[in-house]
Formats: sequence, C-alpha cells, structure tokens
Amino acid sequence: MKTIGRVFRKETIENLRDRRTMLNALVMGPLLGPVLLVGLLSLELRREIHRAEKPLDLPVAGEEHAPTLVAFLGGRNIQVKPAPADPERAIRDQDEEVVLKIGADFGKAWEAGDPAPVEIVFDASRRDSQGSVGRVRDALETYDHQVGALRLLARGISPSIVRPIAIVERDQSTAASRSGLFLGFLPYMLIIGAFVGGMYLAIDTTAGERERQSLEPLLANPVPRWQIMAGKLAATSAFATASQVLTLAAFAALMPLLPIARLGIRLSFDLRTCVLALLITLPLVILASAVQTILAAFAKTYREAQSYLGVLLLAPMIPSVILMVIPVKQEIWMMTVPLLSQHLLLMKLVRAETILPTECALAVVTGLLLATAAAWVAARLYERESLAISA
Amino acid sequence: MIEAIDLHKAFGAIKAADGVSFRAEDGQITGLLGPNGAGKTTTLRMLYTLMRPDRGQVVVDGLEAWPDTVAVRRRLGVLPDARGLYKRLTARENIAYFAGLHGLDEATTRQRCDRLIKALDMADFIDRRTEGFSQGQRVKSAIARALVHDPRNVILDEPTNGLDVMATRNMRAFLKQLRDEGRCVLFSSHIMQEVAMLCDRIVVIARGRVVAQGSPDDLRTQTGQASLEDAFVRAIGSEEGLFAG
Repeated sequence: MKTIGRVFRKETIENLRDRRTMLNALVMGPLLGPVLLVGLLSLELRREIHRAEKPLDLPVAGEEHAPTLVAFLGGRNIQVKPAPADPERAIRDQDEEVVLKIGADFGKAWEAGDPAPVEIVFDASRRDSQGSVGRVRDALETYDHQVGALRLLARGISPSIVRPIAIVERDQSTAASRSGLFLGFLPYMLIIGAFVGGMYLAIDTTAGERERQSLEPLLANPVPRWQIMAGKLAATSAFATASQVLTLAAFAALMPLLPIARLGIRLSFDLRTCVLALLITLPLVILASAVQTILAAFAKTYREAQSYLGVLLLAPMIPSVILMVIPVKQEIWMMTVPLLSQHLLLMKLVRAETILPTECALAVVTGLLLATAAAWVAARLYERESLAISA
Repeated sequence: MIEAIDLHKAFGAIKAADGVSFRAEDGQITGLLGPNGAGKTTTLRMLYTLMRPDRGQVVVDGLEAWPDTVAVRRRLGVLPDARGLYKRLTARENIAYFAGLHGLDEATTRQRCDRLIKALDMADFIDRRTEGFSQGQRVKSAIARALVHDPRNVILDEPTNGLDVMATRNMRAFLKQLRDEGRCVLFSSHIMQEVAMLCDRIVVIARGRVVAQGSPDDLRTQTGQASLEDAFVRAIGSEEGLFAG
C-alpha cells in the first residue's frame, strides 16, 4: 500500500506541474465541452422559440387567384408577401424556406367543385425549414377540412361521413422526457469525460516514462511491478475523476442559463443528479484508465500511445450513436454492458425517471468487475520483460 | 558479492548471453569489457533482475535472485543504460522518490541525500528541476538515485558514456571511493583503457560468452601477450569495436 501511495503521489505532483496536462485534463476537457454545447443549444433553443411565436412570412405566387385562402392564412399568423419571380430557384439558393404557389386554374377548379391545386415548394433536406413547412401544411389542411365540411353541410350531408376514423394524438412525453431529447448528448459528454480526463496521465506514466528512459531504473527498485502499475492507475483515475467532477459542475452551472422552461420542459440537474452521475460513471472512469494504461503499455513512444488512445476515444460514441439512430427499449441485461449501461442510466437521470437500485447496482458492479479485470491485464503487461526495455 | 552462474538469454534466434559465469568480489572493481553488442547490457540486466535468464542463476551476497528477487534488489544499486530522470521533479525529489520505494523514512532519506550531495558535488543543482540538466548533472543525479539506499553492491552500465573529460575523471574517482568503502563495484565498458586503469578484475565478454577473466596481469599471462591491448584483441578474437568511443 505504501508503494502504491508513493507512486500515486509522485505521479500526481509531476503531472500537476505539467501545464499541458493540466490544461487538457482539467480545463479544456471538462469546461470547453459544456460551454460549447450549452452555448450552441441555447442558440438553437432561442431560435426555435422565436420562430414558433413569430408571424411566418410566406411568399405566395398567384395570391390573386385565391383571396379567401390568403385571408384565412392571415388569421393563422401567416403573413403573405409577394413571391420571388422564380420560386424553385429561391428555394435552391436558400433565399426562402418555403413558397406557396397558387395556379391560375385554382379559381376555375374551385368553382367547379374539383380539388383546387396549390403547391408547397420547399427543400426537405433543409432541417431548419421544417417548422415553417409544417405550419403552412397545417394551415392548408385545416382550411381544406373546414371548406369540405361546409360544402357537405350545404348538401345536407353530415361531414362525419367522410371521416371514418377520428384520430386523436395523445403525446405521452412528459416535460422532463422532452428535455431528454435535447439532452441526448449529455451522457455522451459525460462518458467522453471519463476517457479524456486520464488520457494524458495514462500516456505519460507508461509510454512517456519509457520514452524518457526512466522506466528501467524505476523497475529495478525492490517493489512488485503490479504495485507500481496500481499507483499509476490510481493517479490516472484520480485525474479522470477530477475532470469528471469539473464537467458536472460546469453543466450544473450552465444548464440554468438555457431557456428550456419556456419550451415547457423540465430539467433535473441538481446536486443529487450530479452525485448520482458521478457514482454511475466512476466504474467507467477506472475501466477507461485501465484500458488506456494497457494500450499505452504497448506503445514505445508518447506519440504512438497518443494515436492508440485517440482511437479509443471513439469507443464511447458507439452506444450513443446506436441509441440515437435505433432507439431500443431498455432491458435489464443492458445494465451489464459498460458504456451502454452508463449511457442509459445517465439518460434516465437527466429525464428525472426513477432509477431502480438493482439497475444501478448491476451497472456499478459489472463496471467495477471489468475495471478490475482490465487492471489485472495491465498488471500482467507490467510483468513482461520487454516493458522495461526502452531502447 | 555478485555471482553470475551460467546465464543464458536468447531473443529469438539471437543468443545475447550464452553461458556467462563470473564473480565480482566485495572491495574490488570488476570491469565487464566487450565490444558493442557482446551481451554486456543483457548480462547486467539479468544481474539486476530486470530480466530473468532462460537458464542459470544470479547470486548476490549469498541470496539467489530467483526466488529472492526483492531481497536481491535491496542489496543492489543500479545505474542502467537507460538513466532518465523525471524532468518536472527536482534532483532531490527524484532521489527521494526512489528512496521511498526502497522503504526509507524521511529522516534517513535526508541524511543520505546530504552525504551523496557532498560526495558527488551536487549542491549547486540539487533543488532545481532536472529539465535542462547537463549530461554530467544528469548522471550524478542518476547515480545518487541509485545509491540512496546505501547498497553493498553497485552495478553500472557504461557509467562514463557521454561524459566529458572532467566528469569522467570524477566518475572514476567516485568508483574507487565506493570500492574503498568495501563495496562490490561492477561496471561495463567497451573502452579498454578505462577498464585497464580502473579494474582489479576484468571479465572479457564477446558474442555472449566470457572469453577471459582475471586481473590485468592474469590476462597478459593467459593470452601470452606483452601488452594488455594485444591480450584483449587475442581474447576477443578480433579488433572490431574495441577502440570505439
């Protein structure tokens, strides 16, 4: 234990004196991410709110052909303005989000009781125009139903005859679960933190020590190699944990600045959430540190280790990306898969859903078991003769 | 006392040590002499238990290195071929780190440090971070680090490598001082003159085998050559590599 403590202390002091490590592990890593993400999110949310409340300026080509329709649109907070000469081109050039075209034969078809054609011109690949397109389509469909119903009534027929089914949408998402959609990136940010925080120490304490030719004298000391490894791993995990705590603190400080309440969304990011998030990710921190130590033990130089660990940074993305693309129902076995379990639990935490003690325990225990296994492998690697040989 | 008993070590098809046996006595300086690539570093690495021999045994002060590895390490002070320092720590912190790993308490560490600072003339730079040290300052720090636990046996791999004339002279004087304190000093070199000047006993190693050993006089007699230089050449079997450096 004494040896582990001594190695831990020395590695901590040495790395605290390294400006590059400090900057990356304790400033850039934990702070830059949250600031950037909250900043972007805040911008996006403000735009969303702004757009929903603002009257929509809709360019309409041929507004003279359908004055009643245009008047109806005005009542739906849609302000009609003259369309550009070439609507398709205006959409392609992104000058307009959506343009409504009313043909010259609209009036004739209307009079004859035939479906009167209107065209909505838009670009479906432009995500930010979807809100406007949806508002125009909604308004047109409402107008369509109203006029249709009136025509049937005029002929003595109940409008319900053309509505064989009544569709009622009941959105089961709660305010908190809607905020989960916005915060889908958060578990990923926290999981990435576990990998980034200790990365520089994992490299420095193994591959770096080898490159600097100090590992051979170190291993000539009368102490078991696994204890040296354990001290280094402890220092790596400590830095990763510190980085994680700072990340959580940054999120807790910045989240209240988001105008989420105005969207009717509730967000839980209090002290209890932060402590639980830390508890959930702690096994992952140790696991990540151990795996990084393993990879760094294979590398001969600092640069080589850096490139290995850079690839490892992609690992925590896998469950996040998979869950974003194919949302799956959570099953209990998923709690035994590291990365996946942390992702699911953090997601629940942010959505303020109940986390069962069994789920939490299963994730923590399997995480710790795997971390121990990885640490054992790292210790075995330290026992290899070739590890000490620098040249 | 350090004994190498029939040490074998192969890396793939290359036999770095092929039955190396010799003995380094207390109160003597023993030189391991051989051309580059003769197997000196591999032999020393087995002696300080960094590598385990495929066959053979290392005995230090009567203790077998396998299984008594930790006990043997306690009795050895080692300056390996790789002698990197921690550049963000001061020289004193570097030394104290290793003292701690040897289980020394703080008072003892401070006392040993003071003695080594005096013996190696390190007072000027002991509390500076080692980044930017000269080669001589670095070697001094590495030696102090290796000797802080006051070992009976000292193993040094090419200790004068990269040192200027003054630093080399100081190093030689320091090795003699260690011998006069009754320690067993074993060092490797590929420079014949240095070994001839310093050693009480010489072990000549070539192609992973001991080809001759004894006092400088013994070597001359064994090879039937008048000069030591000719004796080495005869023992090694070629002139290659002997005069480099």
